[in-house]
Amino acid sequence: MSEAVRETWTPAGDEYASVLAQLKDETSACMQCGTCTASCPNGFAMDVTPRAMWRMIQFGMLDEVFASHTFWMCSSCYTCTLRCPRGLKLTSVMASLKRLAMIRGGGEARKNGAFYSAFMENVEAHGRVQEMGMMSNYFFKRMDNPTLPFSFMPLGMKMMKKGKVHMPGGGQGGVLKPLFAKAREMEGMS
Amino acid sequence: MRYAYYPGCSLTESAVEFDVSTRAVMEFLGVELVEIPDWTCCGASAAEPVSKLMNYVLPARNLAITEKELDGIDVIAPCSACYLNLLKVNREIIGNRTLHGRVNEVLAASGITYGGSVEVRHILDVFINDIGAKIIEQKVTDNLEGMKIAPYYGCQILRPYPVFDNPREPSSMTGILEGLGAEIHEWDHGNKCCGASLMMGHRDVALKSVAAILSDAEGADAIVTVCPLCQMNLEAYQSQAEKLGAKPVPILYLTQLMGMAFGLGDGAMLMEKNLTVSAEVRRDIANKVWSQSSQTADGEGVAEEKTENLSKGASHV
Repeated sequence: MSEAVRETWTPAGDEYASVLAQLKDETSACMQCGTCTASCPNGFAMDVTPRAMWRMIQFGMLDEVFASHTFWMCSSCYTCTLRCPRGLKLTSVMASLKRLAMIRGGGEARKNGAFYSAFMENVEAHGRVQEMGMMSNYFFKRMDNPTLPFSFMPLGMKMMKKGKVHMPGGGQGGVLKPLFAKAREMEGMS
Repeated sequence: MRYAYYPGCSLTESAVEFDVSTRAVMEFLGVELVEIPDWTCCGASAAEPVSKLMNYVLPARNLAITEKELDGIDVIAPCSACYLNLLKVNREIIGNRTLHGRVNEVLAASGITYGGSVEVRHILDVFINDIGAKIIEQKVTDNLEGMKIAPYYGCQILRPYPVFDNPREPSSMTGILEGLGAEIHEWDHGNKCCGASLMMGHRDVALKSVAAILSDAEGADAIVTVCPLCQMNLEAYQSQAEKLGAKPVPILYLTQLMGMAFGLGDGAMLMEKNLTVSAEVRRDIANKVWSQSSQTADGEGVAEEKTENLSKGASHV
């Protein structure tokens, strides 16, 4: 059964295949108790419960997994990881799903992954996050929602008045660039 | 006591008051902080969704520098996300030869490697285990008597690795706050999630968490935090959370409150930087309005004590 399902997705490269193998490995011991679902503070906003998610991974139902927005709702609070009676690193699985979805691409992934990408691009460029530059890049990546910047404007103004944001520039420069390049090469992403 | 200090990115910008108050309080307590030279971002919770490898490499770089240049002394991190990411390196790559090798292969691109010898500590861990609540209590000059504080621990210092506290019922701040003379606001939301970076793209979801936390803090004079992201989410979105039934409440960093009790002054604690600490709140703290109301309640007791002291003095003479 899982063979037929497997043919419905196209691996995008080594990273994709290895992430999938790792995902299956990380969820294989799930016994469907649902403690994760009951523990999740953002469960109310998920279309598929975390418990059902692990089963879908075990079955290789990746199209259904990625049609869901469940993993984008994970705020990395680690409550499920702490409570899982099988000791599974579920928060890390959620992060892997985000990563895999971003590799697959598509509008939803671009939208939901925009903050993570903007953050990491800023880190790569400056070594330390520069909040103003990072937020502008995030808004740029969120052209799907042109009013988003306005919802942050009052806060941005307050922060500026309090002198809590710097103008972009300076920092640690490109000190991390060789590391990012090497990791990309090793993860088959270059 | 000497530690390698990893401020983290937020503490250089939106959480500058956390950085300044941490340094001031540590100095006051006789702790030396040596900033890790040329430290860089830990990746927070944004690295893992982008690159599994960079999620370890980013924090490992800072530990590698500490190992090489600061003789591998304990690293102290005030931010919960920094703390967890640094800790994860020790917990997840050390002992896993393949992963450790891969992380070092990346680090080698800038000429460093990490052996795994650096301990990672959160400030709260250092406060209670290395300094001790008793010492903190002895240093108090302006005690916070009558002030009711809701201790907010957040997520990542408690979970997934319980190191210095019980993640189900955290209490590491209790001794410190009581030492400062404050009263503890008992509540269920001290270890609940603030929504973290969901505030960026799914504000409606995160706001529900924030509103629940603020609502449960009703009756407290302030919430104290030990994480810049918790602080930001609880502070910056209060007016929106009010629409969901929450009441506004001042949010302070634990170190700011400690600095106040040590008499370091609200200017030195950068209280004017907090988004929820108005001039009125600062005046209330300075005037100890909370202790005044409790003093009037048992004013008689105070008077009696005084007479007793006087009579004691008289008998000595």
